[in-house]
Amino acid sequence: MHFTRRDIGRLGIGAAAMAALGATPAAAMTDETRAAIMDFTGGVEPGAGDIMLNTPEIAENGSTVPVDVTCDGARRIMLVADGNPNPGVATFEFGRLCPSRSAATRIRLAATQDVIAVAEMEDGRFIMVANTVKVTIGGCGG
Amino acid sequence: MAKVRPRVRVPKKASAGDVITIKTLISHPMESGQRKDRKTGELIPRKIINHFTASFNGEVVFDAAIEPAVSANPYFSFAMVVPESGTVAFKWVDDDGSIYTEEKSITVE
Repeated sequence: MHFTRRDIGRLGIGAAAMAALGATPAAAMTDETRAAIMDFTGGVEPGAGDIMLNTPEIAENGSTVPVDVTCDGARRIMLVADGNPNPGVATFEFGRLCPSRSAATRIRLAATQDVIAVAEMEDGRFIMVANTVKVTIGGCGG
Repeated sequence: MAKVRPRVRVPKKASAGDVITIKTLISHPMESGQRKDRKTGELIPRKIINHFTASFNGEVVFDAAIEPAVSANPYFSFAMVVPESGTVAFKWVDDDGSIYTEEKSITVE
């Protein structure tokens, strides 16, 4: 069998399409991200639910991106950055004296990517939400 | 090395049952372990705050396990309900084992 350069290009596109089809309906994410989430949920696939993740649409400086997450009835919330060298960002755990299960922090994002929040509810369910943040490092527009 | 200095904002007074917002910040470079030294080309070893806990009269209110993806000078804000007068204790744990603490008292009137 003989492959021309074009054939190889087509093969690449086909493989990419296959990979996309194989992804979960929730979001296309890297294996590391998936592993981090599964580690947090103990293998349970998180569903959709009442969880709010506030991120800027465009972050001019990827080294400090303000994020805040709110999820009433959450026991723990994990933040994951899909496109970072290590997907984990932080895991928050709330005590009895935390009335609104919300937290705000500032995170680093290596590039334009999805930021994912996964919450473990008091009743043991897991829910998640993903937001895309565009990162323009050096203010080159975008 | 820049000095690590915690800063927290907690209201001094509250009514019983009030919900307050607590803001915390600690000056720390949060060296991610991904950066390379420009001169030698060697990786700069990771040195971050890896854990933060806030507790009220000994009971944990808010706890965060932190990865290198949290920005330098890590900032956290969260809400707390004030049941009675007491002290909010904050604790940051560094990769090198150092522990930085701060305390603020709240008076219920």
